[in-house]
Amino acid sequence: MPRIEFTSHLQRHLDCPSTTVSGTTLREVLDNVFAELPQLQGYLLDDQQGVRKHVMIFLDGQPIDDRIHLSDPVTTNSEIYVMQALSGG
Amino acid sequence: MKFYIGTRKGLFTYEKQASRWDITHVDFLGDNVSMILFDRRDNTLYAGLNLGHFGAKLRRSTDSGENWDELTPPTFPAGEFVTIPQFDGSEAKQKPASLSEIWEMTAGGDDQPGLLWAGTIPAALFVSRDRGDTWELNDAFWNLPQRHVWFGGGKDDAGLHSISVDPRNSNHVTVAVSCGGTWQTTDGGVTWACRSDGMRAEYMPPDRQFDPEIQDPHRLVQCPGSPDHFWVQHHNGIFKSTNNCESWEEINAEPSSFGLGVAVHPHDPNTAWFVPGIKDEARVPVDGKLVVTRTRDGGETFESLSDGLPQEHAYDIAYRHTLSVDDSGDVLIFGTTTGNLFVSENGGDSWDCLSTTLPPIYVARFG
Repeated sequence: MPRIEFTSHLQRHLDCPSTTVSGTTLREVLDNVFAELPQLQGYLLDDQQGVRKHVMIFLDGQPIDDRIHLSDPVTTNSEIYVMQALSGG
Repeated sequence: MKFYIGTRKGLFTYEKQASRWDITHVDFLGDNVSMILFDRRDNTLYAGLNLGHFGAKLRRSTDSGENWDELTPPTFPAGEFVTIPQFDGSEAKQKPASLSEIWEMTAGGDDQPGLLWAGTIPAALFVSRDRGDTWELNDAFWNLPQRHVWFGGGKDDAGLHSISVDPRNSNHVTVAVSCGGTWQTTDGGVTWACRSDGMRAEYMPPDRQFDPEIQDPHRLVQCPGSPDHFWVQHHNGIFKSTNNCESWEEINAEPSSFGLGVAVHPHDPNTAWFVPGIKDEARVPVDGKLVVTRTRDGGETFESLSDGLPQEHAYDIAYRHTLSVDDSGDVLIFGTTTGNLFVSENGGDSWDCLSTTLPPIYVARFG
């Protein structure tokens, strides 16, 4: 299953350890993470469910393409890193 | 006696102990605290945070900050947009509506236990009927057609920063928007009317300077003991209303009428305090001397109060939520962008400096 890891900056605010979750798109993966940790959603996504302006998500080493619909395809071996952008600090 | 100071880097609680003020609690160290509300109806403390990368958050404590619950903050419904007026003649733009800051929180009336109001950036009004557990957008206010001509003042988007609940009738609520004027409901938010007549906006072309719906009230306060009396520190100066916001009168003060905050005496509507800066494009005290201006005759005259305030090379500005008066009208606090915090226990006649080393101060409120 895809693996997702979160910046340590988030750990100040809520406990979100690395995890493996199912999903064929980034949206599916995140929805499955949020099902277990509902509060995390508001930290990563804005009110309209797009990625927050100053949150960076890397999928297999590259920034994701679709920050609005999160449609980037995910494979069973994918590695996802949720980072804090240097902008906005 | 206790008060709360929300800053760029945390929430600081001050308490008076053996005749001196001390910090007795530090919360959210390192985080931006944009708003505080202490709800005296049930002794609950609320803190609006702005975590930057991770968005605006809301926390609640029922034990004076020992423990905090994370609440779901006000959230804009799916599909809602904010209009961004263009000033070059081109068509207005739109962007998805998403909470960027909780800019005001006010408790409902004593007959409305658990009811809270929140003002936000982008400019909207939210209500909670369950002590902040859930929030709903006030649709009537959000759907005002005038909303689409509002614009940001100091912030990218327009914001709602002042909410006053009339002590005579909890359904009578007055709010103010930068830059979107002053608005009132008399039916608990079912309908709204613009109440900015008499305000003047020098930053607009001459034929639009008196448009009620684009005024920039920086802060609005209502006198609890005489609720038909309001004061506004506006972008263009000071305005007062003595007829429940039906009309506004411009007031001139020395050394300047420019500022961001205002406090009104809880019992005497003719007494109000301001912290002036030179003007909008030079937001520093006049001549480097930090003063509080006070009127005790409804704006006919002003005193410039400086005892205890820095009078050389002072470059402080007091943001709009950082000047507060207690229920007696004797104790005032104000905090500044340079982390200076002052208290007066004699109505502003003299001031004690409590700190020169706090982070930039965003909000100061009594407990």
